Amino acid sequence: MTTFAFSDEQLELRTAVRRFLEAKSPTTEVRRLMETDEGYDPAVWSQMASQLGLQGLAIPEEHGGSGFGPVEQLVVLEEMGRALLCAPYFASVILAANALVLSGDDAAAKDYLPGIADGSVIATLAVAEASGDWRSLPGAVASAAGADWTLTGEKSYVLDGHIASLLLVTAVTPAGPSLFAVDPTAGGVERRKLETIDMTRKLAVVTLSSAPGRLIGTDGAAGALVDAVLDRAAVALAAEQVGGAQVCLDMAVEYAKLRVQFGRQIGSFQAIKHKCADMLLEVESARSAAYYAAWTSQDRPVELPMIASLAKAYCSEAYTRTATENIQVHGGIGFTWEHDAHLYYRRARSSEAMFGTPNDHWDIVAGHLLDA
Amino acid sequence: MSAPLTTTDAVRSAVRAFIEAEYDEGRALTDWLNVLVDSGWAVPTWPTEWFGHGLAPDLAASAYEEFAAVGAPGPPSGLAVMLAAPTIIAHGTEEQKQRFVRPVLVGDEAWCQLFSEPAAGSDLAGLKTRAELDGDEYVINGQKVWTSGAHYADFGMLLARTDVDAPKHRGITYFALPMAQPGIEVRPLRQMTGDALFAEVFMTDVRVPAANIIGELNGGWGVGNTTLSNERVGLGAGSSLSFPVATPGGRRLATQREGSIAELKARVRGVVSPRPTSAGGAAMIGAGAGPLIKLASDTGRGDEPAVRQQLARLHALNQLNRWNGLRGRAAIKAGGRPGPEASLGKLMTSHISRAWRDTAATIAGPQSLLAGGDGLLNGTVEIQMLAAPGPSIYGGSDQVQRNIIGERVLGLPREPDVSKNVPFRELTVGTQSKESTS
Repeated sequence: MTTFAFSDEQLELRTAVRRFLEAKSPTTEVRRLMETDEGYDPAVWSQMASQLGLQGLAIPEEHGGSGFGPVEQLVVLEEMGRALLCAPYFASVILAANALVLSGDDAAAKDYLPGIADGSVIATLAVAEASGDWRSLPGAVASAAGADWTLTGEKSYVLDGHIASLLLVTAVTPAGPSLFAVDPTAGGVERRKLETIDMTRKLAVVTLSSAPGRLIGTDGAAGALVDAVLDRAAVALAAEQVGGAQVCLDMAVEYAKLRVQFGRQIGSFQAIKHKCADMLLEVESARSAAYYAAWTSQDRPVELPMIASLAKAYCSEAYTRTATENIQVHGGIGFTWEHDAHLYYRRARSSEAMFGTPNDHWDIVAGHLLDA
Repeated sequence: MSAPLTTTDAVRSAVRAFIEAEYDEGRALTDWLNVLVDSGWAVPTWPTEWFGHGLAPDLAASAYEEFAAVGAPGPPSGLAVMLAAPTIIAHGTEEQKQRFVRPVLVGDEAWCQLFSEPAAGSDLAGLKTRAELDGDEYVINGQKVWTSGAHYADFGMLLARTDVDAPKHRGITYFALPMAQPGIEVRPLRQMTGDALFAEVFMTDVRVPAANIIGELNGGWGVGNTTLSNERVGLGAGSSLSFPVATPGGRRLATQREGSIAELKARVRGVVSPRPTSAGGAAMIGAGAGPLIKLASDTGRGDEPAVRQQLARLHALNQLNRWNGLRGRAAIKAGGRPGPEASLGKLMTSHISRAWRDTAATIAGPQSLLAGGDGLLNGTVEIQMLAAPGPSIYGGSDQVQRNIIGERVLGLPREPDVSKNVPFRELTVGTQSKESTS
């Protein structure tokens, strides 16, 4: 049974990551990096790997990681969500590394995971295309000439696709959707950074024109593989959303205690107090959902598909509402560029729409309930 | 020597061993209840010196699951166990604890809550019922309202005014009022559902010994808040945190405790209501989204996007309420008193009740206008349509819960209360007509 209790080691990890991010990713840095094309600080990225081992945290030890599980990963992502960290962590560690581990392709894992673990490789997973849907059949195609594959098509919504040094790409073969490793510098690959509502998380469109690729795992097996990666991505994103939502609540409560109107702190008015109380219920419930999902991922993976969607749907809605209400509690100042409220609002909106909307995920939950 | 009860495995194996040794459906129910109470498993979250094991809610949930597996009956589910006994354990004298706690757990005595009045709802401290000293007894005069179980109660948790010259919060005393005496009149109060699950209680020259004061004279506000905290926990708890079958409590229901465990269970199963009550509706809501998932399947509406969205959200709210409770922020910390976080569970229960109603209405469509035997789920959809406004009012309205969360959890400033420091005799309270305010 899930206990919701963190070990001392997990609590120390949280403290260490929070301290690191408070030093390296204050909102002044977030604002600087979000205006750059690369969108991250390579020095901080390599410190994350060398000082804290964050990229390799949940990568198996035989492939250069520390072999921790989903609960440790959750702790790290919650902290990154709090700090709005600008880095290709989600793309490389959550999407690409999980795809490699779950592909069952030992040779590929051996070739690529150590680089992801030490931060020298930034990898990403390119699944969605123009529609932005991560679960539909790829339009991109892969054709074989002997053992050599070439890929043609257009991938979009690729997280950090403009800076990644390794692209894991889904394309259809005669056997069905399959996963390929593509070197973006090898010719036949064009990349363009997209303009995004959330400037702290970069997306790219990747055009493949007979680009050479290496088959990862079993030919035709990428449908189930992507579903499994998306379940883990949903839990990881839910953890980030909890971290961000908590900051929005804290900002709103702090301001409600500081701001005086009509001779009283505005937090003494029920109109504001009740908003804050509702935000707390949502943040605490979102936390329960994300934590339960992480423990499910660790202890009862068979239940993960339903719980991951529940967590993603609920945490998405909770973060968006909390980020929106935070702006409302602040009034005019909350609507300005200088105030940080909009950074969280942007992240909330983009996280909500990524890897399936809440409606998509509620429908998945309903499918599990009605088919059971 | 068995393992300390610090893990779910230890709890489960201890409960299994206890069930193996003691549980037999042929056993007399009262005999089983006494053994259960002595074992500490009747109320595992309570302190070890008062019939519990001091367990955290998540460990206690494992114990309840083991009892559910064999369908074992537990102590009464009513206000005596949920509110009266924890309040007396927290504030009572040693004699009061010895006198009142055990009879509640074994079902001998039932309690009701005499708090709200016609003029004192959300502003409970405005209560007007008077208690005046006469020798070593107090004489009570006044009226209470929204009292569940007043017909069956042996004692009332009574808040009454003992000092009208003090400001409203500082002149209230908490009594254990014997209910079986002349001068107490209980009138059923019909709710909008048509049921009469609670009552008005009129008290005319009713007497209570001074020895029955719980806590200090004029210190009843703090004692009452312990009761209210436990109420928020009880009303907001996830459905898994109790025994599968509750024993009827109180002297007036003594005949229902006669015979064996098997006979009790047969009686519980044998109660066929011609029309479900709103209490039955609450039990249906406690069952989560399950009945509505089945209804959606049976009516062929499980493919409709609106139905699917609502069902999934309803299921999630139930799960989240349970997980919030297990995480402990919204529940009693092991062996301690409930904190203000319990208001989160109370608030969530209101959301769940409304979500259940709205989901049922979506699935039922035009059939939601039918009632009773013509309605869906034997009228439960209709009952819930009518009962759903209740949970956001009783046990402290949603607005009161949000004040508690805002002020005591988030530390937001209180709203100025112009009546807070005024002697009670100078206050106007309740719904005032134009004539009475002049």
